Amino acid sequence: MTCSLKHAGFGAVAALWAATGLAPLPASAAWEPSRPVEFIIPAGPGGGADIMARTIQGIVTKHNLMSQPMVVINKSGGAGGEGFLDVKNSAGNPHKIIITLSNLFTTPLATGIPFNWKELTPVAMLALDEFVLWVNAEKPYKTAKDYVAAAKAAGGTFKMGGTGSKQEDQIITEAIQKATGAKFIYIPQRGGGAVAVQLVGNHVDSSVNNPNEAIAHWKAGKLKPLCVFDSKAMPYKDEIVNQLSWSSVPTCKSQGLDIEYLMLRGIFMSPGATKDQVDYYIGLFNKVRQTPEWKELMSNGAFNQTFMTGKQYTDWVANEEKRHQQLMKDAGFLHTN
Amino acid sequence: MIEDFSSLFHGFSVAIQPFNIGVMFVGIILGVLIGVLPGLGGANGVAILLPLTFSMSPTSAIIMLSCIYWGALFGGAITSVLFNIPGEPWSVATTFDGHPMAQKGQAGEALTAAFTSSFVGALFAVVMITLVAPLVASFALRFGPAEQFSVYFLAFCSFVGMSKEPPFKTVAAMFIGFALAAVGLDSITGQLRLTFGLESLLNGFDFLIAVIGLFGIGEILLTMEEGLSFKGRLAGINAKVVWETWKQLPRYWVTSLRSCIIGCWMGVSPAGATPASFMSYGIAKRTSRNGANFGKGEIEGVVAPETAAHAAGTAALLPMLSLGVPGSPTAAVLLGGLLIWGLQPGPLLFVEQKEFVWGLIASMYLGNIVGLIVVLTCVPLFAAILRIPFSIIAPIILVICAIGAYTVHNSVFDVVLMMVFGVIGYLLKKCNYPLAPMVLAIVLGDKAEENFRQSLLASQGKLGIFFSNGLVSTIMTLGLIALFWPLISNALARLRTRPAA
Repeated sequence: MTCSLKHAGFGAVAALWAATGLAPLPASAAWEPSRPVEFIIPAGPGGGADIMARTIQGIVTKHNLMSQPMVVINKSGGAGGEGFLDVKNSAGNPHKIIITLSNLFTTPLATGIPFNWKELTPVAMLALDEFVLWVNAEKPYKTAKDYVAAAKAAGGTFKMGGTGSKQEDQIITEAIQKATGAKFIYIPQRGGGAVAVQLVGNHVDSSVNNPNEAIAHWKAGKLKPLCVFDSKAMPYKDEIVNQLSWSSVPTCKSQGLDIEYLMLRGIFMSPGATKDQVDYYIGLFNKVRQTPEWKELMSNGAFNQTFMTGKQYTDWVANEEKRHQQLMKDAGFLHTN
Repeated sequence: MIEDFSSLFHGFSVAIQPFNIGVMFVGIILGVLIGVLPGLGGANGVAILLPLTFSMSPTSAIIMLSCIYWGALFGGAITSVLFNIPGEPWSVATTFDGHPMAQKGQAGEALTAAFTSSFVGALFAVVMITLVAPLVASFALRFGPAEQFSVYFLAFCSFVGMSKEPPFKTVAAMFIGFALAAVGLDSITGQLRLTFGLESLLNGFDFLIAVIGLFGIGEILLTMEEGLSFKGRLAGINAKVVWETWKQLPRYWVTSLRSCIIGCWMGVSPAGATPASFMSYGIAKRTSRNGANFGKGEIEGVVAPETAAHAAGTAALLPMLSLGVPGSPTAAVLLGGLLIWGLQPGPLLFVEQKEFVWGLIASMYLGNIVGLIVVLTCVPLFAAILRIPFSIIAPIILVICAIGAYTVHNSVFDVVLMMVFGVIGYLLKKCNYPLAPMVLAIVLGDKAEENFRQSLLASQGKLGIFFSNGLVSTIMTLGLIALFWPLISNALARLRTRPAA
């Protein structure tokens, strides 16, 4: 009984809200969630986006940053298309946010599902994930130059392991091929952790794993980083192994591989959100960023800690979309029908 | 080694603190509940409860989460036996003989056998983890795509050759399964397949939806046709059932040991608990003296898959801890938990986080003992559920199934799909098509395909890669032997009888 009453009440409020023609609420009444917030991950459990989302959930719960619970849901179907479509179809529901990876661009471009990021409401860029070129530590290559030369000499038999097909790892592989003329056989795996293990087991010759996917194997002396696909070296100076740190990994550009690729770890929310609602989440994530747990996640994963909101963020995403369109077109990854 | 043992004993001292023991009981009970609700599998359960543990110390937290995991492993057997609804993929093989036993009025025996075997399997795997963890971890590294494929190949083969149904029906059912598994994203090309532009099909057909429908709903439809009552309603509630079943179990020690080994191997490789349970059931059926009775309610047919599934489920934690590669979806969520606590899984976890690792291993021993006590005391209670009239329990099962199907992806479409699968399951059963090969193909089809194509990418199209080293050749050969076993055993029998004639 109480349940149906609640629903009736909710319906009435919604109707009233609709009747006022979505008039902006007075600025004084700052918006706050009134039901549990769904945090969608367009990827499977255990991956980089999943870990970040679950860490955020842990921080929000532990530090009591939100009056309502945060529920994390994996919707990884169709290379994340399931998650994006779910949020797109939840217009006007401010209790749904989504964390993105590069599949924000690559999935619709490669599969042709009816989705574009412009249909969602951008909230904030939390960080950028780095990509590092890794090889097995037993191999003789000391620098990225050595490795590329060896790959060229092998005449297209070197294997590059990566996460997913026609996604960021394969885009970088294509870019390396284009820049150097070396040819690789790209072997798609389900997740970054599996890719790193295949490299440790010598089933592939190299990978472009994110730092936190491979750090454990680097520490154990099984893998070694050759270069990072960023314009400048990573700032983290804590020793990881043998007096080496993330900051001692050279940029690929300095190794003659002029490729820069960073992956968005950003937040979007359902279409039609008001400014108050977006501001609420920006405030929330600002609080999350101040916690020690977040700082630890950033330094463990050697993240590029760029934070953006508003127009700056939207412009960045728009630019990145154009770049992905070009990269995917060059590689022949665009969906055709 | 000596040092490791002292670490283990230190681990025990951490695990038997009253708070941690309490946490264990809570975890096991939650886990059993999660295992009983189909759809709300261990992975979802652990994911939902993960935030609750953030206020605890990492050791207590991982004890709680791993106990939820053990509880879910135990709980999966309950619905499989009682209602023919496997709550987890690895419980499917348990239904083959567990449910017929319940129909014969031996639900108590079946449950006791299932729980005890689970315990034995888990214990075997924990002992293995304790003794040979580092060695085993490096074995897992030898599994590239070709090796992984050979394992799936072996699982399929050991299942096809043994079916009692006409081979063509088995193959037909399996191919329907493969076709269903192909729907969704093709992970090798990154393209959508067979979705016909429908957004609901982006996910493909989830195994759980198919299984809840095919087995659960299908079973209810069959029962309705046969007269609206459970065949097992006459099951006597006997408090001594546990003890009496235990007296029978030592007879199956060979099956049990073999299942333990299969389970550990599958868990580490990491192919996981599902192929382990199917493979173990298939081989037990082939080699058992009572093989012909399998599928009609043979206790050995419960022992084999349950032992292997638990050995694999437990062993799967080893590659997760030492390599950071989860052997099961639940292990993947646990892995996320570790990272949140700042514990980096990898080869060095055993060195850098000794206390944590050995605390976890100690809790595996204790958690399984606690789990066994909890579930065994409840056996008569569970068995008594079958005495509730069908007209009351059937709607409840339907609702639980529907909730379970909905929880998998939070999608109403899945509930409809579950009903469709229910009708298909009913029709297939009426036409004597075996459901098991179809389910096996849905579960493992896309993974087998993925590894097959990865291997061929790496070898540039040469099939020789499946016989390119000792490991993969051995597994492939075993698979071929299993596939053609009926022919081989006929030939052997003829050879043996010829000299006599």
